[in-house]
Amino acid sequence: MTKNLFEVKTGLAEMLKGGVIMDVTTPQEAIIAEKAGAVSVMALERIPADIRKDGGIARASDPKMIKEIQKAVSIPVMAKCRIGHFAEAQILEALEVDYIDESEVLTPADEANHIWKHDFKTPFVCGATNLAEALRRIGEGAALIRTKGEPGTGNIVEAVRHMRTINMEISRLATLRGDELMAAAKEMGAPFHLVTQVAETGKLPVPNFSAGGIATPADASLMLQLGAETIFVGSGIFKSENPSAMAKAIVQAATFFNQPDKLAEISYGLGSAMRGLDMSEIAPEERMQDRGW
Amino acid sequence: MQGSFAKHAHSMGSLGIKSRVVRTPEDLKLIDALILPGGESTTMTLLLENEGLWDPLNEAMDNMPVFGTCAGAILLGQQIDDKRVRCFCKIDYSAERNAYGRQIESFTTTLVIPKIIDHDFHAIFIRAPKFKNLTRDVKSLAVYGSEPVLLRQGNVLVASFHPELTDDPAIHKYFVDEVVLKPR
Repeated sequence: MTKNLFEVKTGLAEMLKGGVIMDVTTPQEAIIAEKAGAVSVMALERIPADIRKDGGIARASDPKMIKEIQKAVSIPVMAKCRIGHFAEAQILEALEVDYIDESEVLTPADEANHIWKHDFKTPFVCGATNLAEALRRIGEGAALIRTKGEPGTGNIVEAVRHMRTINMEISRLATLRGDELMAAAKEMGAPFHLVTQVAETGKLPVPNFSAGGIATPADASLMLQLGAETIFVGSGIFKSENPSAMAKAIVQAATFFNQPDKLAEISYGLGSAMRGLDMSEIAPEERMQDRGW
Repeated sequence: MQGSFAKHAHSMGSLGIKSRVVRTPEDLKLIDALILPGGESTTMTLLLENEGLWDPLNEAMDNMPVFGTCAGAILLGQQIDDKRVRCFCKIDYSAERNAYGRQIESFTTTLVIPKIIDHDFHAIFIRAPKFKNLTRDVKSLAVYGSEPVLLRQGNVLVASFHPELTDDPAIHKYFVDEVVLKPR
């Protein structure tokens, strides 16, 4: 028997496909998420919209809160640590969380280095805004990539930009000749072996999910039609008028993402989605997606 | 509805067999055999019930070979110690969810599957269930330690691991050749 193999780490991500991973801050919210059909929950102290509003330093959650959520639900429980904060990640591993999100939603702890994720048995998910960033994270050991989007905004525009960018860059690599790949790797600043792998297979070496700004069933459908394999919904559920109904609707939307008639039915009379923020309302230094590189 | 269905389709595709996703009762009329994939059994239960697919699926499976992996295998069992998950009662065991522990306890191993596969099988276990209280009608085809991990009863085949995550379609081939084409 062997553990800590990459296929075991990506294997769990495969099981989450076609599902919805929801941010929750209490065991009660976790139960609402599970009852709505979430495939996993992300345990954190404040949802991104509140982190954005409150300011201050956002850190990994209290182990007590994570344990309580693990007790409350049977689905996998994920938790976030700060970018580069491997000690927080070690604590999350000791708590046996099922996935660690090295997340730009929290305040970065290291501006130069991300966590060396190969050292952990627990799989990691990391955000990316483009292909090179995704491949750097995979090079460090991430078993799952998600778009960063702009967390806590309820605005899908950045997640769309990131997903389209990653797709376009994958397509471009696939058109290059073998003798052009080293130059491409140099230009991208991405590990050569992963660049050649993407050029050969035409896809990311790990599952590709989407996060950051998803607030309605239609947003979920949009990201899944653009190629996301699963979606993370942060503030979109518990900042909406009727969280339980919104959670259930987004879960259904993830299954029927390419059936507009079904999506119309799912979206009917849901109450208002979270209010949301236009990108122009966010000062450049407050953009979470620019954290990490 | 949710889970590793694309991986199963890939395994079947490598054997030259067409597959389609079942999301409505109408889809059931277009298939000869069914796979319940790995995924989250709570999510699957809710989606199947909410979409009115539970009863049509339950009926269809009485006349159709079925292969379930991990969460799919949990749904096919007789009973479960968890109210969040419902069972189809198509094979005589009770499933224990996440019986090996959380993700940190997930593992891979090499299985010997005598008489069925002529080579060792690389098996990936992800938050896997255990099968308890088997009746005599359930045939164990492979074990890991003392735990049965690949089982057959009539036209139902189940694995607690994920053959769909490997490039080796040997177990899918067994399902097609020995379960689908030679029904009992």
